[in-house]
Amino acid sequence: MKKTAAPMLKCVVNGVKVSRAIDSGLTLSDFLRGELHLTGTKTGCNQGECGACVVVVDGKAVNSCLYMAVQANGKKVITIEGLKGKNGDPHPLVQAFADEGAVQCGFCTPGMIMSAYALLLANPAPSRAEIKQALSGNICRCTGYEMIFSAVEKAAGLLRGRGGK
Amino acid sequence: MSDNPLFCVGKSVTRKDALAKASGEALYIDDYSYGGMLHAAAVRSPRPHIRIKGFDARAAEKVAGFVMLVSAADIPGKNIWPVVKEDCPFFPETESRFQGETLALVLAETRLAAREAAAKVKVLCAELPFVEDPLAALEKSAPKIYGGNNVFSSYVIKRGDVEEAIRSADAVVEGVFTTNYQVHVYLETQGAIAFPEAGGAMTVYGSLQCPYYAHDAVAQALNITHNKVRIVQRVTGGGFGGKEDVPALVAAHAAIAARKSGRPVKLVYERDEDFISMSRRHPSWTRMVYAARKDGAITACKAKYVLDGGAYATLSPIVLWRGTVHAAGPYKIENVSVESFAAATNKAPCGAYRGFGQPQICFANESLLDKLAEKLGMDPLELRLKNILRPGDKTITGQVITGSCGLEEALVSVREKSGWAKRRGRLAGEGAVKKGLGVSANYYGVGLGAGGKYLDRAGAHVSVSKDGSVYAAVGNTEMGQGAQTVLSQIAAETLNCPYDGVRMTEVDTSRVPDSGPTVASRTTLMSGNAVIDACKPLRGRIFKAARELLSAKGAPEGAMEASGGEFRAGGKTVSFSEAVKECWAQRLKMAEHGWYAAPKTSFLPENGQGDAYVTYAYSANVAEVAVDTETGAVRVEKLYAAHDLGRAVNPRLALGQMHGGALQGIGYALSENLVYKDGALLNPNMSDYVLPSSMETPEFDCSTIERPYEDGPYAAKGFGETPLIGPAPAIANAVKDACGARVPGLPLMPEKVWGRLKDKA
Repeated sequence: MKKTAAPMLKCVVNGVKVSRAIDSGLTLSDFLRGELHLTGTKTGCNQGECGACVVVVDGKAVNSCLYMAVQANGKKVITIEGLKGKNGDPHPLVQAFADEGAVQCGFCTPGMIMSAYALLLANPAPSRAEIKQALSGNICRCTGYEMIFSAVEKAAGLLRGRGGK
Repeated sequence: MSDNPLFCVGKSVTRKDALAKASGEALYIDDYSYGGMLHAAAVRSPRPHIRIKGFDARAAEKVAGFVMLVSAADIPGKNIWPVVKEDCPFFPETESRFQGETLALVLAETRLAAREAAAKVKVLCAELPFVEDPLAALEKSAPKIYGGNNVFSSYVIKRGDVEEAIRSADAVVEGVFTTNYQVHVYLETQGAIAFPEAGGAMTVYGSLQCPYYAHDAVAQALNITHNKVRIVQRVTGGGFGGKEDVPALVAAHAAIAARKSGRPVKLVYERDEDFISMSRRHPSWTRMVYAARKDGAITACKAKYVLDGGAYATLSPIVLWRGTVHAAGPYKIENVSVESFAAATNKAPCGAYRGFGQPQICFANESLLDKLAEKLGMDPLELRLKNILRPGDKTITGQVITGSCGLEEALVSVREKSGWAKRRGRLAGEGAVKKGLGVSANYYGVGLGAGGKYLDRAGAHVSVSKDGSVYAAVGNTEMGQGAQTVLSQIAAETLNCPYDGVRMTEVDTSRVPDSGPTVASRTTLMSGNAVIDACKPLRGRIFKAARELLSAKGAPEGAMEASGGEFRAGGKTVSFSEAVKECWAQRLKMAEHGWYAAPKTSFLPENGQGDAYVTYAYSANVAEVAVDTETGAVRVEKLYAAHDLGRAVNPRLALGQMHGGALQGIGYALSENLVYKDGALLNPNMSDYVLPSSMETPEFDCSTIERPYEDGPYAAKGFGETPLIGPAPAIANAVKDACGARVPGLPLMPEKVWGRLKDKA
């Protein structure tokens, strides 16, 4: 079989420049987990249905299991590992999820938080209806969502209080 | 345990594992990889019932990275997966009984190569006749897949004279009710990694609820002694019963492959494989009769309950037993006749799912109870209040209910919160949308009860280090429900140690003896009591040392206050870590094993009488629904629930169980619909198997009722399963209140509701 040159992927992941040759068939989730060892991004269905693999690409939440790694070329990717608060403290969303009881088995949590993060980038003061809508692609089988909504509301308030950072 | 007020039990402390999980640091099974590790992928049966003639792996072998095929011939031990009955092989040898059954594994250098090669293995086979419907399976003419009659197990409960009670009753109602499958859809699929060790030993890491089941399975598959097997649970992304039995099969498969290849082997399922081959809730068929006097007193209940067990017995016998024991609902009834059957069919085996045989029969009995109320012209909630079990009453197995019973308070709670008396039957809809309220009551035997009494014990190991930190190990797992948090609270309370000072990790079978399965809402009760048992002698030493240190500091002899990780007397204070340091200085034993065995239970097979469970949790639900009568679509707008759980060790976690369980119950009631056709599963994915999302979650109004259970740790009972059981019948009853349509089969798909409305019109 004739070998074609592997495409180069150049992007920024969690603020760090990445440049490497990849298989063109690689999904972004497999790239993040398998190549960069960023295992905080989970895969629950590999069909874009569960939302466990959500990461933020150029400010938008995407299902990284359906997003080809090469599509991220020239873009900024943020994963759960890239969410840090001041001085390396947990990000307000991460802390609020922990404090509000929004975490049970935890497998949906990183993806859920990344969807919430993208929401708050676009809309720092979402209503509960807007939160429900923004998280509707993230399945949580444990919590019944109620405490997740509260966590997002709490984090939104905290982030607004300090200018969104 | 202590005269001091509780400082940790009863408090909503933050979960031990919350930050690690929310930050992405927590490592689940697929987050681990090791040098030299192979990847396994399953070769699955293409049809519901086949004679296996062999495999053609020639195309698979050409895939780059292919290493080997592993099948039944490679099993060093006995090819029977040890569960309840010995009917399920690790890999079938000559006959496969359901489409999707694992027949062999392909090992390869990468996961993609393993999957590609497995897809290229041809299964050489001949098709055999199959049976899909459980009632058909019980017919004489059905193809036989289990014993001579396709019955995995059968029970009876007989009490009083049911036929005479029905003849002499003022009101008799009868109905046939069905429920479909429910799939757990834990967000993390099944997975395990097996490591061959020196001397023929085997270590397996896995996502699982019941490490000791995996321990038994790996030892049997490899023909090695138990002391050569070590099972280590990894952070587990949900279970709900779905990681009770089947992870033992996954672990054994990985171990057989690791033994043959001599390399670590990772086996992680894709979502469709999980849907096709793993456990799920049994579909059910129930015919039930209630009889009552004019005043509403229920005099008789007669039921026939059939579960569709699937191709192998796995947990069907005990799922059926639990459903049978709870068949008539939480009511005082003198005349009872229940007969139940678990039937074999050529579909994936059904097993444990939160509620364990109760949600099915609860849907039947609670739907029928509303029909009885209608016939009697009584309010259905008041009819329940008239008949419910109260302390001193007997269950249908003749067990006397003890003091820890808050069902009356639960029903009154949901009645008041929902505004039942003023709102039921009177909710205003809008246009084609009609609204209604419905109620249900249920009870749940905590722990394994007489159906699993030989497994109902648990161990713990608690070690206090010289720096004052505490490590607690137990044999029941954290799978999201909060076990590590609740058990840490119990340890902290008992030792008078700060909560932050206690650490727990996932279960390791080399640390704690077989503690039975993590099921049946038993972990708080069983492991909690085992933790207390381990902590007690440590507590004695630490408290004595603290008292000595207080005296040395000049505090007067006598009473000492111990709370919040401090010891105080006469204005002097000694911290927990100071006391521990003193214990170490005195060379005291600072690690202990604990053990707890459940009190005696009984069940006579000939009449189903006995003390079936050590205690019961109780709950009541009221659902408020909106039905679009033009489409039949049902929406739950609000759910009111109240649960008697003895004591909430962590109220926020208890609330999380209530919300999450209720939403699974709502999914079960309305949208989760697994479809088989000709023995093939048609919707093995999360697009076509519809789970409740953030858009479907209702407003919750859930509360706890604490009727202390004296044998429980700090008076707690288990209750994690009850939140799922009540919502479905409450919703069905609310749909009836809203629009007049009584749908006797779950899920209440729009077309079914619409069909009933059309028939009525």
